[in-house]
Amino acid sequence: MRELGHIVVLAGGLSYEREVSLRSGRRVADALRGAGVEAILRDADSALLDLLAADPPDAVFPVLHGAAGEDGAIRDVLELIGVPYVGSPPDACRLAWDKPTAKAAVRAAGVRTPASVALPKEVFHDLGAARVLDLVVARLGLPLFVKPARGGSALGASAVQDAAELSAAMVGCFAYGDIALIERYVGGTEIAVGVIELAGAGATALPAVEIVPAGDRYDYTARYDAGGTEFFAPARLSPAVAEAAAGAALTAHHALGLRDLSRTDLIVDVSGEIHFLEVNVAPGMTETSLLPIAFKAAGLDLGTTCRDLLIHRAR
Amino acid sequence: MESRRNDSYLDRYAARAQGMVPSEIRALFAVASRPEVVSLAGGMPYVSALPLDLVGDMAARLMSTRGADALQYMSAQGDPGLREQICEVMALEGIQASGDDIVVTVGSQQALDLVTRLFVDPGDVVLAEAPTYVGALGTFAAFQAEVVHVPLDAAGLVPEALRETLARLKTQGRTPKFLYTVPNFQNPAGVTLAVRRRAEILGICQTYDVLLVEDNAYGLLGFDSEPLRVLRADDAERVIYLGTFSKTIAPGLRVGWALAPPAIRAKLVLAAESAILSHSALTQLLVREYLATQPWREQIKNFQELYRERRDAMLDSLEALMPAGCTWNRPGGGFYVWLTLPEGLDSKAMAPRAIANRVAYVPGTGFFADGSGRDALRLSYCFPAPERIREGVRRLAATVEHEITMLGTFGTTGTQASTGVDRPGSDLT
Repeated sequence: MRELGHIVVLAGGLSYEREVSLRSGRRVADALRGAGVEAILRDADSALLDLLAADPPDAVFPVLHGAAGEDGAIRDVLELIGVPYVGSPPDACRLAWDKPTAKAAVRAAGVRTPASVALPKEVFHDLGAARVLDLVVARLGLPLFVKPARGGSALGASAVQDAAELSAAMVGCFAYGDIALIERYVGGTEIAVGVIELAGAGATALPAVEIVPAGDRYDYTARYDAGGTEFFAPARLSPAVAEAAAGAALTAHHALGLRDLSRTDLIVDVSGEIHFLEVNVAPGMTETSLLPIAFKAAGLDLGTTCRDLLIHRAR
Repeated sequence: MESRRNDSYLDRYAARAQGMVPSEIRALFAVASRPEVVSLAGGMPYVSALPLDLVGDMAARLMSTRGADALQYMSAQGDPGLREQICEVMALEGIQASGDDIVVTVGSQQALDLVTRLFVDPGDVVLAEAPTYVGALGTFAAFQAEVVHVPLDAAGLVPEALRETLARLKTQGRTPKFLYTVPNFQNPAGVTLAVRRRAEILGICQTYDVLLVEDNAYGLLGFDSEPLRVLRADDAERVIYLGTFSKTIAPGLRVGWALAPPAIRAKLVLAAESAILSHSALTQLLVREYLATQPWREQIKNFQELYRERRDAMLDSLEALMPAGCTWNRPGGGFYVWLTLPEGLDSKAMAPRAIANRVAYVPGTGFFADGSGRDALRLSYCFPAPERIREGVRRLAATVEHEITMLGTFGTTGTQASTGVDRPGSDLT
């Protein structure tokens, strides 16, 4: 096996998900050290480029969530300075980061995704919110799911059962982004499927993780703090459905040109059909995050798996 | 197949831990620590204004002369010499007390924790101002108190409202365990209990036989007047007084105290002993040395001037920049301005947009036990330099303008139910 020199885990940043990212970053850095890798944790701030120039690492492991981390920007910069990194290239990140774009690409590749419309806040301002929302409800029906077209951790996301709740959901969404993705709500089992590319194995889907929130929603608090959310790994799916879910995640991974690792969020409806929701190019790695749970279910150690991804990319 | 929870200890926690869940708003504060963000959120004193080199020399001298004492256990009541000095400090606000009646605590926060521990059983009523100090709400929640708020106005706690609240509770057969009040430059509202109201508040508490817990963290940081006479100065039996050096020296020392009637003081010592065995001797002796050798009264004046300049920067900027419909108070001391938003706006829903605009504040909801406070927010001016304050207010004004536009578009501000603790951590700038 190739020897790995020192590497940088990049976490923090200025996004709403800074705290989650820092937790993810610390976990990855600790796991890498446990696997014998000299890993240092760094924030994406004004000191970063000097640091990378002064002491170029063999590779960078970006664990930045939210904008810059997932929209391809930081990876563009890493490519500009010629530092290898784990994960998807900038163009693929841009596709995945923009949920409406990702949905279109994944649907074109043959995976169902809930009917939706993406609208910037200016449309509501210019044309009248009530009229536009009436049109949305007339087309998509109820219930709906509203979330920022870009962003993660369920920030600004909410389910809408009744048309009267829609305005508040829109404003809540626009607090976290300028474009809202309004989707037809598909009920069913929420699952996340990780995809990983280890040397010599190609892209492989990890066991699906099933998410069962204790309350009625898997919101930010349920994701990271409230202990009630229950996970099943592998998900309680029939072999055929599990295979279809794995196939959907692999299709998303390939259709968007993703690399090394990704996490695809899916809904399995009551008839067993798979629906694509979104894909993450920098999945959460906290102690409550889905991808590490999938690693464990697959018998993969977090530290050695991250190390292998780094070795594959290192200069 | 493996089933797991993100907290596998969930079924084991005590009932009092149920509310200990951070909210998404709290996560947003993580961004506020980055230099790109002007944080008007936290309440960190500007300790860089201290003569740090002199404090360093003092610490070295302490270690060479009394190192063995400084590194040893100490009595749970605290260093006797320091307790005498605390009496001198409290004399500035009219208190005549004996060092025997003082318990030195880990900040006044621990004093509040110990007092609550002594008096509050689950379900007991505690009265607190509306809004009130977030840290107190955290303590009361931890002891499963039921907080009943009493309104404030520009002159502090409203006596009539206190009387009505106590009368109402009495008809329900309930007696509050105590009234928690921050009389001077209140956190978060910035208001000060008017002198004329002080005797009246005491009288009402006597009538209804309610104890007072007077938390006076900011009393010596007035800008425009001599320190006001505190409630404890006029009633040594009914008032438990909490003090701290966190604002007059530095919060990193974690030296605060409780002054209580002897019977309560004796229990506080035992409670402190069971909680922490003993407070840090090192920081107690450091404070003792500081008070004995440094011009601490002058240093407090320096702090007053520094914070006055920052308050003025904030008030001038608010006046110049905030959209119509915003109102705020003019604090005569302390760290905070309480700003009320134009009708219909929601400070909690607005918080992510503010962070996107690179400014942070604490939504008003953090200061109420009952979820109210969405129409207001707390701004602090203690830590950022005046030019940063001006920039922060400029960004805040733009954020509020945007929210007004959103309100016009959607007819709502996106208020949604959410769970968790909204307050920032104590290390927030």
